[in-house]
Amino acid sequence: MQLPPDAQAFEPSDQAPVDLVMQALQQHAGQKGALLPILHTIQDALGYLPESIVPVLSEHLALSRAEIHGVISFYAHFRTQAHACRTLEICRAEACQARGGLELAAHARRRLNCDFHENSSDGQITLEPVYCLGLCAQSPAIMLDGIPHARVTPEKLDALLNPKGVMP
Amino acid sequence: MTAITVYIPRDTAAVAMGAHQLASELAEQARLRGQDLRIVRNGSRGLLWLEPMIEVQTTEGRVAYGPVQSEDLPGLLDAGLLHGGAHALRLGLTEDIPYLKNQERLTFARVGIIDPVSVPDYIAHGGFEGLRRALSMQAAELVQEVTDSGLRGRGGAAFPTGIKWKTVLNAPAQQKYIVCNADEGDSGTFSDRMLMEGDPLCLIEGMAIAGLAVGATYGYIYVRSEYPLAIQALNQAITAARAAGWLGQDIQGSGHAFDLEVRKAAGAYICGEETALLDSLEGKRGVVRVKPPLPAIKGLFGQPTVVNNVVSLASVPIILSKGAAYYQNYGMGRSRGTLAFQLAGNIKHGGLVEKAFGVTLRELLYDYGGGSASGRPLRAVQAGGPLGAYLPESQWDVPLDYEAYMKINAMVGHGGLVAFDDTVDMAHMAQYAMEFCAIESCGKCTPCRIGSTRGVETIQKIRRREDLDNHVELLRDLCDTLYSGSLCALGGMVPYPVLSALEHFPQDFGLAPKNEPSRLAKA
Repeated sequence: MQLPPDAQAFEPSDQAPVDLVMQALQQHAGQKGALLPILHTIQDALGYLPESIVPVLSEHLALSRAEIHGVISFYAHFRTQAHACRTLEICRAEACQARGGLELAAHARRRLNCDFHENSSDGQITLEPVYCLGLCAQSPAIMLDGIPHARVTPEKLDALLNPKGVMP
Repeated sequence: MTAITVYIPRDTAAVAMGAHQLASELAEQARLRGQDLRIVRNGSRGLLWLEPMIEVQTTEGRVAYGPVQSEDLPGLLDAGLLHGGAHALRLGLTEDIPYLKNQERLTFARVGIIDPVSVPDYIAHGGFEGLRRALSMQAAELVQEVTDSGLRGRGGAAFPTGIKWKTVLNAPAQQKYIVCNADEGDSGTFSDRMLMEGDPLCLIEGMAIAGLAVGATYGYIYVRSEYPLAIQALNQAITAARAAGWLGQDIQGSGHAFDLEVRKAAGAYICGEETALLDSLEGKRGVVRVKPPLPAIKGLFGQPTVVNNVVSLASVPIILSKGAAYYQNYGMGRSRGTLAFQLAGNIKHGGLVEKAFGVTLRELLYDYGGGSASGRPLRAVQAGGPLGAYLPESQWDVPLDYEAYMKINAMVGHGGLVAFDDTVDMAHMAQYAMEFCAIESCGKCTPCRIGSTRGVETIQKIRRREDLDNHVELLRDLCDTLYSGSLCALGGMVPYPVLSALEHFPQDFGLAPKNEPSRLAKA
């Protein structure tokens, strides 16, 4: 029987990517098939997955660089570029569409002056699509900096974006 | 003064409407008033239009108020909130609210009632009775009990759970695994999320029972990265269960071992397909593979593996504690037990309704859902997720039962129902279904990878009314190829939403006069 991973929080002492990889590897040592958990740990700490981590991971996990690159590029959650300081995810799935999700997305694109997968024109907010936050009975729904918000109207979205002084 | 207990959900549905802020403000205002308060962060009762719905423990029972916003608190406290006082937001005794009272809650019996991460609270409400009984049974007896209950996978394929377990039990191996597929990424579903946030110990208990039944000592819960609060609740519950001896090397001194961990997914819809999910757990791209070999024979790390959905596994504890016959007694035909229906989209009273199979869509939409949220007539309902069919009103009286739905080319799936009013453009929804398949295709098989992209283009041409008859024929042909030639259900089922939209709502594709009901709607 294998032992469950240590539930201690990951607190890297150094933000240099290579050191961070080593610490993440140590954090997940003994976990089987640990590539995804390791990538999550690094992205949670750095905000993205820089190219420089691939050779280090490759060496220590006995995987080819192509395999690691293949995993990073396959999953929508992983990114190789840092997001802006804030992230706005708007749900595009059916239940949100049934309650004005398309109009909300159009409003956000206009207001931030960017499309999905892009940064707002002032560089403050990254706009991402998301396919279901599990708030289908209170649609349309968004996630702003990891916090879910339900029944979001264009006015409510503006109010959520405004308090921090972004895009008045 | 004794502390008064107030329940404020920690469920995403409540948090997304301000529950965290509400809880801290209530604590502060009660402190200023010198009132001793115990705030329990429970799960959601599933009356989602009322979130945040708070409950106060009174001598008569729990009294509900909702939806409560922070600015309502001073007025509510003045009106005697903490003693169940009268107020416009007062909903009466929670258990007497008709939406809840008329349900048949077996799997969700504790959701919204208990503190989700408290082992003593869980046990006080019947928790671990199933596992306790399972510890005294032989593996084969356990599998038989689940088989006799008639439980079928609550994901999409509805495969009998007992049969799957039997295959794993009979596969000789040093190590076997229990994998919980909590990557339910379908629009219109939130039952997995609600269960994991509202009663995670129930899922843990179900997985431990599955482990005993097939001889597996380790499990994984593969959860969507879009559900951070579910991941948090699961981790807290696992730690609590381990500390209380319900997980680990020697469960309650029985000599049996079972432990598990949560794995965060990474935003690939295809990983809800079991073979792709297993690849992802192994640290690879989530790509579908041909079956056989079945995961039950050759699954995670090449070992025999049970892969079940959240609600399937969470249905197991009550089957063990109350017996197969008790569970079997609910339902109709070969669809036994209950299903957690999820009313979503354009619906007035959206939420979770657990009922025995056999209830109709019309009952759910109107008796529970109260009709559309917009006040306009309802026109179409998508059942069973983004790969499920769009049902027109003429089909809303078919009883919800796996076989009855199959007869009308639809599926019950996980019980997710997304309602649309008459402003919906069904040609747009058909195009969206194809777009979704194109975005989420793992890329391994050609029909799905290329067919979905060509499908989007063809629907766009139909919407522009270009060479209409030929393009409709081409679309049907493409759907046939996707249906018959795809490796897994993503490509294989996308024809359901597309063709049902085309069949039942031809006017939206320019194939019938606008105000004339379609030929199938008349049938």
